[in-house]
Amino acid sequence: MKTKFLELKNISKSFGKVNALGRVNFYIKEEPEIVALIGDNGAGKSTLIKIISGVLIQDCGEIYINGKRMKNWSVAKSRASGIETVYQDRALALQQTLARNIFMGRELTNIFGFMKNKLQFAEADRLMRTIGFTSKVFASGSIVAKLSGGERQGVAIARALYFKANLTILDEPTTALSLTEAEKVFDFILQAKEGGSSCIFITHNIYHAYYVSDRFVILDRGRVIMETDHEHTTAEQLVKDMQKIAKSNGKVKEDINNGRS
Amino acid sequence: MADLDKKQNNLDCTQEFRRSRRGITNFIDNNRRALIALIVFIILMLFFTIANPKIFLGREIYEAIFRSLPIRIVLALPLVFVIVSREIDLSFVSNMSFSLWIFAATAKAGWNPFLCMLLAILAGALVGFINGMLVNRIGLQSLMTTIGMKFLLQGLVAGGSNIIPISLNFLVGTPFYNTFVGNIGNFPVQMIWAVIALVIAMLLFNYHKFGSNISCVGDNLESSREMGIRTVRVKTLAFVYVGIASGFAGVLSGLIYLSFQPRPGSPDELMLAVLASIFIGGTPITGGVGTIFGAFIGACTVRFIQTGVIEAGLMGFWTQFFNGLIILLALTSHKFYKSR
Repeated sequence: MKTKFLELKNISKSFGKVNALGRVNFYIKEEPEIVALIGDNGAGKSTLIKIISGVLIQDCGEIYINGKRMKNWSVAKSRASGIETVYQDRALALQQTLARNIFMGRELTNIFGFMKNKLQFAEADRLMRTIGFTSKVFASGSIVAKLSGGERQGVAIARALYFKANLTILDEPTTALSLTEAEKVFDFILQAKEGGSSCIFITHNIYHAYYVSDRFVILDRGRVIMETDHEHTTAEQLVKDMQKIAKSNGKVKEDINNGRS
Repeated sequence: MADLDKKQNNLDCTQEFRRSRRGITNFIDNNRRALIALIVFIILMLFFTIANPKIFLGREIYEAIFRSLPIRIVLALPLVFVIVSREIDLSFVSNMSFSLWIFAATAKAGWNPFLCMLLAILAGALVGFINGMLVNRIGLQSLMTTIGMKFLLQGLVAGGSNIIPISLNFLVGTPFYNTFVGNIGNFPVQMIWAVIALVIAMLLFNYHKFGSNISCVGDNLESSREMGIRTVRVKTLAFVYVGIASGFAGVLSGLIYLSFQPRPGSPDELMLAVLASIFIGGTPITGGVGTIFGAFIGACTVRFIQTGVIEAGLMGFWTQFFNGLIILLALTSHKFYKSR
């Protein structure tokens, strides 16, 4: 069996009496892939990505990176393993410049801690252009609040790209965006994949998800209920599956997808 | 591929063009807060000069003001960091008299004044560190915490010193005295220290990782944490910085007024004046952005109002009126510019 970049085994997490995740298995392959996490509100999508990024600690279960078991998983370890998380709307410091946002927490400095501002600006400039960022008001010194929603997501994704993330996690990257802006974000994601970065994203829009994703993982009430990939399903089929799951009130067996993939 | 290069090249050109054309606009845009503060200050000085040209075109008034102004400048600059990180510190004046007490008591006991000053600064830093820990580690609200610290220190200084003032006259003329509050010609040396403090604070705020981190933390705490900024450490350091400045300002004030007063006249007035300087300078209380140079100008503005109103021939109590007026005008102009 090939090693996987990330593997989660039997992950459980509960908040008080609420079982957010019950023995979830999840993985990301070694070669870049785009995985869509789909599910209703409260299905445990956010909990799952928070555990991957180390913001939440699982109650039980194991996390493996490149086949190696990771103990005391944390935000720092997650980042050290090349996992970048982009949270919707709060990924950026809006009153700061674009360059400062890209280098937030990882400033390029000399040994005295003074920033190499010119270098940061130039790098930000180059980076934004490589991901096809073309805004009229754009400059490395632009204040992020002046950018559109899609462009902000772009900055956040670019940041992940720059630091050569192996895996970028996007929490509902397109929910607040117009159609054209959402397309722009998906372009960024595809660019990231070409650059060698896998991507997990949460979305409610299955048609969007279908267009870019290699694999779909559907969660319901804290369980992975279905897993399929691009070649083996269609957007219509996915929507039907989702409706079936929603109607079943949590009684759908996890093997709904047996035989298809 | 060649096509792409060409496209890239074109993009480069337009970008270059846009940048050069917008250079001045950008500069104004990036520094608008400090610039507004500067304009307010210049208008104020014009007004005072027209009202009383003899005084305001002479040197004496500036020499007099530059004697005590450095205390406020030294206090205001680090406080910008705390306010940008979306916290507040109201204990810095009490911290100042606490540090001065330590300086005066040890100097009186015959210790080397340079060492005493170091002790005073360390004491100030320690208070700042405790503030920072209470606010950032334990998670208390900075407003309440520092009000508590303010009363605690005031009580400690009054009780600990038995309300006995200590005269520092014996330091006059020593190399120590001349280093910090002596004169070059008629120019007070402490103003040079204030400018050094300004340069340090501007370097830290605009060019150092610390300033960048402070801005990010005040702008978006959660995201900063997720991006790996050590938020507790950074925010605590800002409080420590204020503490260090309070220690230094404490010693300066001791040397300027040549005594330690356990119950200083009106500590709250100084506190409010320093806070007003920062807001007139253009640093908003909402965090994330601020200007060091603006705070410097703000400190000058507030100080000149005090003297200027009297020299312009008005009664002293009009000072407060003008203070208030300038604060409101400055805030309105900052807001007005922003909303465009």
